[in-house]
Amino acid sequence: MMSKAHDVPVPSAAYDAAAAAVEAALAAGARYADARLVDRRTESMTARDGDVRTLDQSTTAGLGVRALVGSSWGFAALGDPDGDAACRSTGARATAIAQASAAVAGPDVDLLPAQAHVDTWASDCAEDPFAVSLAEKGDLLTGVTATMRAAGVAVAEALYQAWDTRTAFVSSEGARIGQHVRECGAGMHCLTVGEDETQRRSYPAFRGQYGTRGWELVRELDLPAHAERIAAEATALLTAPPCPSGRTTLVLGGEQLSLQIHESVGHAVELDRILGWEAAYAGTSWLDLDRLGSLRYGSELMTITIDPTLPGALGSFGYDDEGTPAQRRYAVRDGVWVGVLGGRDSAAVAGLTDTGSVRADGYARMPMVRMTNVGFEPGPHSLEEIVAATDDGVLMEHNRSWSIDDRRLNFQFGCEIGYEIKDGRRGRMLRNPTYTGIGPQFWASLDMLAGGDEWRAWGTPNCGKGQPGQVGHTGHGAAPARFTDVRVGVRG
Amino acid sequence: MSAEDLAAELLEQVRRQAGPGAEAVVRVEDADLALTRFAGSAIHQNTAESRRTLHLQLTVDGGRTAAASTTRARDAAGLVEATLAAARLRPRDPAWPGPAGPAPLVLPSVADRATAEADPALRARLVGDFVAAAGGLSTAGYVQTSAVRTVLATSAGQHVGGSATAAACDGIARLPGSDGTARQVAAAAGELDCAALGARAAAKARAGTDPSPVDPGRWPVVLEPPAVADVVAGLLTGQFQARAALDGTGGLRPGEQQFDPAVSLTDPAGLGLPFDTEGTPKRPVELVRAGVPVGLTSDRRTAEATGGTSTGHGGPASATWGPVATDAALAPGTGGSVDDLVAGLERGLLVTDVWYTRVLDQKRSVWTGLTRNGVWLVEDGRVVRPVSTLRFTQSYLEALAPGAVTVGSDVQALPRTLTSTAWGTHRVAVPALALASWNITGNAAG
Repeated sequence: MMSKAHDVPVPSAAYDAAAAAVEAALAAGARYADARLVDRRTESMTARDGDVRTLDQSTTAGLGVRALVGSSWGFAALGDPDGDAACRSTGARATAIAQASAAVAGPDVDLLPAQAHVDTWASDCAEDPFAVSLAEKGDLLTGVTATMRAAGVAVAEALYQAWDTRTAFVSSEGARIGQHVRECGAGMHCLTVGEDETQRRSYPAFRGQYGTRGWELVRELDLPAHAERIAAEATALLTAPPCPSGRTTLVLGGEQLSLQIHESVGHAVELDRILGWEAAYAGTSWLDLDRLGSLRYGSELMTITIDPTLPGALGSFGYDDEGTPAQRRYAVRDGVWVGVLGGRDSAAVAGLTDTGSVRADGYARMPMVRMTNVGFEPGPHSLEEIVAATDDGVLMEHNRSWSIDDRRLNFQFGCEIGYEIKDGRRGRMLRNPTYTGIGPQFWASLDMLAGGDEWRAWGTPNCGKGQPGQVGHTGHGAAPARFTDVRVGVRG
Repeated sequence: MSAEDLAAELLEQVRRQAGPGAEAVVRVEDADLALTRFAGSAIHQNTAESRRTLHLQLTVDGGRTAAASTTRARDAAGLVEATLAAARLRPRDPAWPGPAGPAPLVLPSVADRATAEADPALRARLVGDFVAAAGGLSTAGYVQTSAVRTVLATSAGQHVGGSATAAACDGIARLPGSDGTARQVAAAAGELDCAALGARAAAKARAGTDPSPVDPGRWPVVLEPPAVADVVAGLLTGQFQARAALDGTGGLRPGEQQFDPAVSLTDPAGLGLPFDTEGTPKRPVELVRAGVPVGLTSDRRTAEATGGTSTGHGGPASATWGPVATDAALAPGTGGSVDDLVAGLERGLLVTDVWYTRVLDQKRSVWTGLTRNGVWLVEDGRVVRPVSTLRFTQSYLEALAPGAVTVGSDVQALPRTLTSTAWGTHRVAVPALALASWNITGNAAG
């Protein structure tokens, strides 16, 4: 496998530590084991109303070992292992934990056969976020929050986050993979407070925009150019008419569509949910494997890819956390469900070959099925064309709330801002826009999709799943899109 | 090195590198977190984690503050050096409240040795109890044990230490189209009755098969404790904390009869460490007394801004989200059991649990979400049939209005969140509630 970059993502001693843990897990009785030595550095800053509020830096370094015994995985993690003995002890502990599971055992788990890769990979990064001075980063955040505050909002906040993660992966099958992934992003929002409600506007997205890129991503966002505008919009929303209630044509902005994809496609095609492994917490899925390849998920305009190879997108990597190389596949093609997010164990159970989507939140969490980049490819239209082609409808942009049932069918989203569309023109601003629907019915009504410069791989830096909780970083290609006969204006 | 010695070394490093004028809060956390998950009535994920984390909050020049943490516990000097460099570069924070000074702990540590030493065999046995009691139904869920030992010291002279344990079981029993749930949290694993939980979950699942929809609209409801826990958690997050009051985003009317007189809410601070991440001793806080809002949770920053003293609710996310209660208790009422509350409904819904609740309007506390793990139609005081998943869009504040609430008598202690940090498991102890009106805004048809 050709690596993307031949730097040295991790020191050789990291491989030795991981290998020692794997050896000990096997010696204790595991039939398969893998280990990750992860060194992750994070930095985040928040500003509020013109002042820096928090500046946090952390280093989480440690070893996570996964051991398979019979039907059960055991996973043990140790922060900052001190030498070979600590690594071996952690490996043996993983096997002992798996062995204890035999008291409540299920059918044996097999792993889909896979090539053992020996490789390194690094994400592109033009400007190291950690090398940009804190003073410059602080000036950016305090400046935009001061601007919004001066424009009269009640609360103005901004933040950036950066991650630098080096991972050494070793498996009992001979894999030996080093990765160095740098991620960062930023965003801002403001609140206005009226007599009975609050209004919010954000830029560029409700929790910011993120990618596997360097500080150049933040510079491209140009937060200062948008601060006054969103403050003015948040103020105007307080007196805007409410979004009408009823069924109408709905036009979604690209950021909102990205979350719609995340919630009602990305999670629904996770194979562990489909198999019931997440039934008690994250939930299951309305999808039945018997209908993979034939189920109509949406209109023929709906083609969704699973693509961790997208340069710079937040869900990109060289290899997943069980050593499977990144590869592009389809989840939905021309409206038909054709693929899942899976791993070597879940794919084997399901009789599929869809692997490469097993990821972990740092060294201390067990790898599990996670989204990578799940999204649309660019469509043929533009937002201007979509609005021009709409006689009567509502445009909604920028997420404010999201809720979906445990089978990923019944959803309701609230957006920060809406606009009336009449006779092909964008009209009045609307406050408290919401829409609701049932996944396959909603996707079947998709009839226009934008592309070109309006397509973007939106980053979601806080996808929660698993017990103990894991925070995932995912990406979603999206652009403005139109849906017909959607229920809007649900109120409490 | 012991946690005590390491905390002392960190403070010494601060003095050495930053000078005597620097202000610091140092915290050494040792955590053992273990969680055994099961699905399809078999253990499929089984994890354990041990780590020591050093936390440092360092302030120079009376308001230039940076915070950092590391699992590289052998590099205290490096942690101080990096944090000091960051603090010197950031702008001065005019609202910096300073570190906590000496103050004795108000509450004892609540730690159980057997829970701290729990091994995977114990968790597997508890899982087995749940599975067996479900009587052949497919089951899924988890059993968790955790132990945390923390030493915290500040440059202003506060020096506290404590330990905490927690154990939780949360599971479902499954039949086609019907899941039933039961859950429990306690300070000690020995208090968990996983067999009772499995039996309760199975009974719920059996009672929920072949559900059918009802029409949206305003319905009288009985919310069982898992659903009530979400209502209380939503109010704690967006209303009963000082940040929301300062920002004007909350909708509380302190001192007024905003809620039914049967509603009394406190944070007894009985689970977890007896001090917060700022070193402030935790103390019980009264939030609602007989329907009247009387208190808010706070940290040092929000307390100073409101002219009060911190209630000890500083946490890893309090600077961002506000100082939120972690151990809430809704007082039991006189409404009796869930069956008694159902008997009082002429026509309404019995809701066991809710899911994926998100706030639409913070000020009115309007939330949308879905039912989960069982809904039933009630007519003439009797459950008549199961109902399929419903969406609601409801103001939590208005749901508890005077005259709208009957509070049940039996309290369940439920795990509110499974935190990914060492700071512990949060608890919500609540009874069932009968509410006069709950806004159902959708069903399986959309």
